[in-house]
Amino acid sequence: MEQARAPEITLGPVLFHWPAAFMRDFYARIADEAPVSAVYVGEVVCSKRSPFLDPHIPEIVERLQRAGKKVVLSSLAEVVLPREREMMSALCRLQNCEIEINDAAGTYFRAGSPHRIGQYFNLYNERTLEVLVRGGATHVTLPCELPRGSVASMAARARELGVGVEVQVFGRAPLALSARCYHARAHGRVKDNCQFVCGDDTDGMNLKTIDGESLLTVNGVQTLSHPYLCLIAELPDLIASGVNAMRLSPHMLNMVEVASIFDETLHRRMAPDAALSRLRAIVGAPGLMNGFWHQQPGGIYVM
Amino acid sequence: MAPLSGALQRLLARLARKIATDNPSVFDRIGPHVATRFIIDPVNLPIVLYLEPRREAPVLRAYLRSNAPQSDAQIAASLWQLMRMIDGEEDGDAMFFSRDLKVSGNTEAVVALRNALDDLDRPLAEQAAAQFGAVGRGALALARHIAARKPFRGAQP
Amino acid sequence: MIKPDLVCPAGTPAALRDAVDAGADCVYCGFQNATNARNFPGLNFTPDELDRGIAYAHARGAKVLVALNTFPPAGKFELWRQAVDGAVARGADALIVADIGVASYAAEAHPDTRLHLSVQASASSPEAIKYYCREFGVRRVVLPRILTIPEIKAIAQAIPCEIEAFIFGNHGLMLEGRCSLTNYVTGQSTNMDGVCSPAADVKFEPLPDGGMASRLGGHMLDCFGAGDKAGYPTLCKGRYVAPCRSEPYYAFEEPLSLNLAPMLADLIHAGVHAFKIEGRQRSRAYVQKVVAAFREAIDDVSDGRAPRVADLIGLTEGQKQTEGAYKSKRWR
Repeated sequence: MEQARAPEITLGPVLFHWPAAFMRDFYARIADEAPVSAVYVGEVVCSKRSPFLDPHIPEIVERLQRAGKKVVLSSLAEVVLPREREMMSALCRLQNCEIEINDAAGTYFRAGSPHRIGQYFNLYNERTLEVLVRGGATHVTLPCELPRGSVASMAARARELGVGVEVQVFGRAPLALSARCYHARAHGRVKDNCQFVCGDDTDGMNLKTIDGESLLTVNGVQTLSHPYLCLIAELPDLIASGVNAMRLSPHMLNMVEVASIFDETLHRRMAPDAALSRLRAIVGAPGLMNGFWHQQPGGIYVM
Repeated sequence: MAPLSGALQRLLARLARKIATDNPSVFDRIGPHVATRFIIDPVNLPIVLYLEPRREAPVLRAYLRSNAPQSDAQIAASLWQLMRMIDGEEDGDAMFFSRDLKVSGNTEAVVALRNALDDLDRPLAEQAAAQFGAVGRGALALARHIAARKPFRGAQP
Repeated sequence: MIKPDLVCPAGTPAALRDAVDAGADCVYCGFQNATNARNFPGLNFTPDELDRGIAYAHARGAKVLVALNTFPPAGKFELWRQAVDGAVARGADALIVADIGVASYAAEAHPDTRLHLSVQASASSPEAIKYYCREFGVRRVVLPRILTIPEIKAIAQAIPCEIEAFIFGNHGLMLEGRCSLTNYVTGQSTNMDGVCSPAADVKFEPLPDGGMASRLGGHMLDCFGAGDKAGYPTLCKGRYVAPCRSEPYYAFEEPLSLNLAPMLADLIHAGVHAFKIEGRQRSRAYVQKVVAAFREAIDDVSDGRAPRVADLIGLTEGQKQTEGAYKSKRWR
């Protein structure tokens, strides 16, 4: 059994196709200013984007580590093509760094060696957790649709097994993945000649219903929520459930400020109400959602 | 809201009771929707059927469309399509995709009823016809013949 | 050459008998609860109905596969454990599982029972498939509907288990088992509750022009003109407005169905061991027509004849069909 640790704040992988130069600056600022203890780096959504980010990863990792952050290399949520399988295989051979696995191809390659399980991996129950821990998992991020009661059961078992449990507490919720690129489709293209049009929408492309309601966000092959998932009011509940890492998913917002609000709230220097108001102001029109946690429609905010 | 009177209503009531007695499992599939009020609307006839699939006391009545009672769920298609669906000859989803079948109100109740009827061992229309002997079978054949004449003359509201 | 099994859906006992009578080699079905991914009102089997269904199938040389292809949320595993035990006790020929925990339980408690990996596990690479083979002794994988024939062939050569491929039915777009769209708007989870667009949350509204609007959880999915063909009322088949488009469009996919009738021989040469027809939510009429048509087509192909396939377009979603990803990478 592991000692109960103080909950930490983590920064999940960037889900969008941001320019590499911007990405470097983003992580430099995170390194210097954001009160997060761990940062997940790497392309998760689309393997076609990887060549843009990959050359800069060593520098980004070094920069973050120099600032005292733990760095975890995250990986593709969808592994289908030969180049994607190669990428997974290569990542899983790295023995001197922490990696996060989002697909069963990773658990195949990485069997027996330590790794983290990411939120795209279908990890819903204690028995699955036990199997994954036997295979080398040391820390898991739960799917964001898992409700409070199940998270608590998972966290209890995870504590017995001595593994960390992480939950996404901020950022648009990942809802679906596809083999088809919906960004390319919107522009009358297909994935193979997408011309990286997803890069034009730095927080994803808005989809409205025919009657004008903003409902979904397209990010290449991924579909996200329109509102931003936000569990700041639920932090005490999360901690009581035994969750020991709170993930912020990066957006084109002031992520340093977002992280600071979570940090202040976690250390009781800011009241949850005040924190909620500030996050509402930062996010603006799309608003917030917390329905999954409360076993309600995921997109709503339960007060 | 008074239903049509006379022989047709007595026939429908008897039919509902008989089908309920012969196919008790149908109510397990309908589940919580046994208290739902359905309107089955053959759009090319002047009447609609009102159904409450209650296990002990099922209600099946005919109304003039202009006089139809309140309901929770509505299923509308031509008589021909409805009979083919109930007979298990046509797929409800396919009728919905082609827009020949229209559903409104409580969608779950409609799905439950459709699935329950689909599990009947003998098509409903045949059970009905058998209930009324040779006359019933003759009537069924006639009804199918009429229903197959598309469009049915003089019945559109 | 392998003669593939024809694997057919059954939402009710009557549909199971119809599928067997129409020539199914295997029928798949599920219990009346969240343990399967078609947990719809009025559908599925009680334990006793499964008993009788298996007896009917076995007496006619057909097999019954029980779908236990959802993901038990922590704290609720017992229902899935009972379903696994119940299906095995009643003589199921295989269990179709998706969750690692369920697979692990089944493999441990019933080592002699065949495990098939559901499409809900979304195992789309040789390594992902080999993970399940290695850990749980999976004997067959149901491949996601996103692969081309050359990709299927490559997978077949790299894995130690059989392949089952969808040949007809609903054309799933999102990676199956990794979609929370329904939960996002209804509070019911596809993975945990076995529902996709639950009917209780679906509303069809007549429009003044004779058209129809469909909604899920209050959110508009689509507006159909009086003569437009319709699809299932799911978020992934809805029409939306995007900044780069002047008109509402099918952002994910138009309503259409998969039909691989013209490619059966190619699939066999690629190494597919079983052909699967989607549609446990469909009626007996669908089961009878589709199963009979593909029985004839598979027999034709196996005997070296050009397959005759009855016209099934009338049964398809949106009354349109596609060979989807199987035909070309351009689908992506």
